[in-house]
Amino acid sequence: MKLIISQGRILDPAVGRDEIADLYVADGVISAPFAPDRETRLIDAAGRLVTPGLIDMHTHLREPGFEYKETIASGTAAAARGGFTAVACMPNTRPVTDNRVTVEYINQQAAATGLVKVYPIGAITRGSLGKELAEMADMRAAGAVAFSDDGRPVADAGLMRRAMQYCGMLAGVLISHCEEQSLAGDGVMHEGAYATVLGLKGIPASAEEVMVARDIILAAETKCPLHLAHLSTAGSVALVREAKKRGVPVTAEATPHHFTLTDRAVGDYDTNAKVNPPLRGEADVQAIRDGLAEGVIDVIATDHAPHSFDEKNVEFDLAPFGLVGLETAVGLVWTELVHTGLLTPLQAVQKLSANPARILGVAGGALTVGASADITIIDPLLEETVDPAAFAGQSGNTPFAGRRLQGLPILTVVAGEIKYER
Amino acid sequence: MAEWKPKARLMDSDGIRRVITRMAHEIIERNKGTDDMVLIGIRRRGVPLARRLADKIKEIEGSVVPVGVLDITLYRDDLTTLGRQPVVRQTEVAFSIEGKRIILVDDVLFTGRTIRAALDAIIDLGRPRYIQLVALVDRGHRELPIRADYVGKNVPTSRREEVAVRLTETDDTDEVVIMEKT
Amino acid sequence: MYKYKDLLEIRTLSAEEIGFLLDTAGPMKEIIKRQIKKVPTLRGKTVVTLFYENSTRTRGSFELAAKYMSADAINISGSSSSVAKGESLYDTGRTLQSLGADVIVLRHPMAGAPELLARSVQAAVINAGDGAHEHPTQALLDMFTVREKKGGLAGLRVAIVGDVLHSRVARSNIWGFTKMGAEVRVCGPATLLPAGVEETGALVFHQLDQALAGADVIMMLRIQKERQQQGLFPGLREYARLYGLNERRLALAAGDALVMHPGPMNRGVEITAAIADSNRAVIEEQVTNGVAVRMALLYLLSGGGAQA
Repeated sequence: MKLIISQGRILDPAVGRDEIADLYVADGVISAPFAPDRETRLIDAAGRLVTPGLIDMHTHLREPGFEYKETIASGTAAAARGGFTAVACMPNTRPVTDNRVTVEYINQQAAATGLVKVYPIGAITRGSLGKELAEMADMRAAGAVAFSDDGRPVADAGLMRRAMQYCGMLAGVLISHCEEQSLAGDGVMHEGAYATVLGLKGIPASAEEVMVARDIILAAETKCPLHLAHLSTAGSVALVREAKKRGVPVTAEATPHHFTLTDRAVGDYDTNAKVNPPLRGEADVQAIRDGLAEGVIDVIATDHAPHSFDEKNVEFDLAPFGLVGLETAVGLVWTELVHTGLLTPLQAVQKLSANPARILGVAGGALTVGASADITIIDPLLEETVDPAAFAGQSGNTPFAGRRLQGLPILTVVAGEIKYER
Repeated sequence: MAEWKPKARLMDSDGIRRVITRMAHEIIERNKGTDDMVLIGIRRRGVPLARRLADKIKEIEGSVVPVGVLDITLYRDDLTTLGRQPVVRQTEVAFSIEGKRIILVDDVLFTGRTIRAALDAIIDLGRPRYIQLVALVDRGHRELPIRADYVGKNVPTSRREEVAVRLTETDDTDEVVIMEKT
Repeated sequence: MYKYKDLLEIRTLSAEEIGFLLDTAGPMKEIIKRQIKKVPTLRGKTVVTLFYENSTRTRGSFELAAKYMSADAINISGSSSSVAKGESLYDTGRTLQSLGADVIVLRHPMAGAPELLARSVQAAVINAGDGAHEHPTQALLDMFTVREKKGGLAGLRVAIVGDVLHSRVARSNIWGFTKMGAEVRVCGPATLLPAGVEETGALVFHQLDQALAGADVIMMLRIQKERQQQGLFPGLREYARLYGLNERRLALAAGDALVMHPGPMNRGVEITAAIADSNRAVIEEQVTNGVAVRMALLYLLSGGGAQA
């Protein structure tokens, strides 16, 4: 199949390109201009944004083990509908992705059933139990792009230090979920006035910041590239800003829900707004937005975390943390950050493609001739009300249902193949 | 919405006063005095009527008959069919009714259901010697085997009509009017 | 008027609605004082008390209220029944509804559980205490008691003392008394006051003497020993010294200050036995008024047409 995407606004953050032009795709790669023939599909992209395929570096695909929440097939379908051409999936599966075999299984399943590219992330410690190092080199060889115990922070500082030393040697990136358990306790939402109103146990901002500080210190010492997952507090942003100034090899991500919602979104115990790290206060949301605008925060990632309806239809304390994000991310980025002037479209695309590609060391994030034709087309003016029933993903646990979004993906191309078209 | 329009004025202030006087005499006569007698008015308009009867009885006999206030809301048989729960007010019967001759007072006697509720409410307060019923107006259409011992005025009505008793204590005027749905 | 299907919290009620609930409890108290404590109002209605936590006081109070109103009362506790078998609250609620429950009174260790139940069933749900969220009927009976004793609530100074962090009674009373125009002061060690409590409108104190100055109502909260094990305060001896109500401190309050306690009390810790048994304490009065308030709620919430 050949494609000519005509007259779109080409946004290529890899080279800082932002202009209206035609884009040619042939044989699965971006090609030099050619004359259309009978095989060529012409796509009119006037008024649309043509961007490198978006990459979500923080997704929970749930397979193997939790196929009732999501599968590689359904999760990648959600990704395609959300404009993502690749996702990096977290290892908190069952069994935990802490060995070569599971990494290979994910790659096979992705090849067989995935609509978009899947990059497995391996566990830092065996079973993500925080006791012994997992076989990172083996997993790296099998294709793991990064290592993380996401969802279960590495509590032991000594172990984390050794993990960084080991991971640094493999030229891999370590993704840290920062949460100091002795501070977070059994909290279920942000500690603040609203948690007090609802009588729910709070997770203080310091629970995240203490470990952000610890991991920055360790990364500075070990020189291991450290990526901080889902920053949620003003204090964390300040720590990363300061670390970057000093040249510490640290990068950071923020999720759409953390730059959009405050703890008030918990409302009347809406378990779809129960997420870890929790939705924070007004000042934190503002700091995350500032961090994104300034470039302190490199990446926008979804932390897509599907859960079944029954799992969420319980007492707030009992509900699992997490919300789905793949199919609302672009709409939220455009509605909250681009249309508000906080980010230029090019900056937004960079945080959604080029930067995650660079951090993970994977191809993508560029529209240069010869690159794999992973392309997303976004209609910046198209509006939609979020309706979980319309999701391609298996679960509908989103706090954004009913929210009006403007700026939506309308076409997703992976290696030259159209995987989603609105 | 149907509107209620006055059809006929049955009693004015003088008419009500005369009826109260007559009924007070009847009550004293029938009970051979006022020994052990108590008056209990059913909220709302039975209460001022009971007070007026007590005043009149005192005027005639020189004896003070205690007046109690009965709220029958919690004894209604139609609570599950009403759109909203009616407001409950205080029952104020500050005396024992054990062995008493109770004169129960209401403004309009209609289906008899209010009186049934009132009888139940009284019985829950104790065991009186007997209970007699006063109604300023009896408009017929009984749904229960209940009759008044003292009636101010018998008024044949249709079910489409409404009898409005207005008393100065509650409504700033004394009158009984038949209202008709238009 | 009270226009909601359920009673889940005080926070979202208006002063008028609270006043109406208290007004309705007045006539109910008259019934409790009768020799025959029974009215036929709720004949044929079924009230289920679903308790996932033990509470003789609250449960007994609801049960009596239901019986005085002639409703059928069924008790289900967390230790018996399917609850112990891990049935979800949603499924338990649906089952109770199928069994014909008109009102479900829920006590649950987790905040927000009544909200979940109320969303799941058509039956009216009364929150009888959920985690550290609210205990609205306790606040109503407290306000009823104070109103009866003081003639009104506006302008009163109410001091709530102790473990506010874990106290649903404190939260409901902060909302209730504040809405009714009283000044609410909370007092306790910093580790037992919740984050941002000042945003509820309450004044925050750490020194009990200051909090008590001129107070018209003193509400002592129960301190639980397990909080010490959780490292939230050093010990009962020091706690009693800093936050226990004794005669000297009581003298700092208004001359006619009322002393309240939602029970059960730790005599000698948060309150001296002498004060608990003195005529300043209205703790037993609170118990009687609790039944009246709950009768009023059962009446208002069990009407056939009252459900939206």
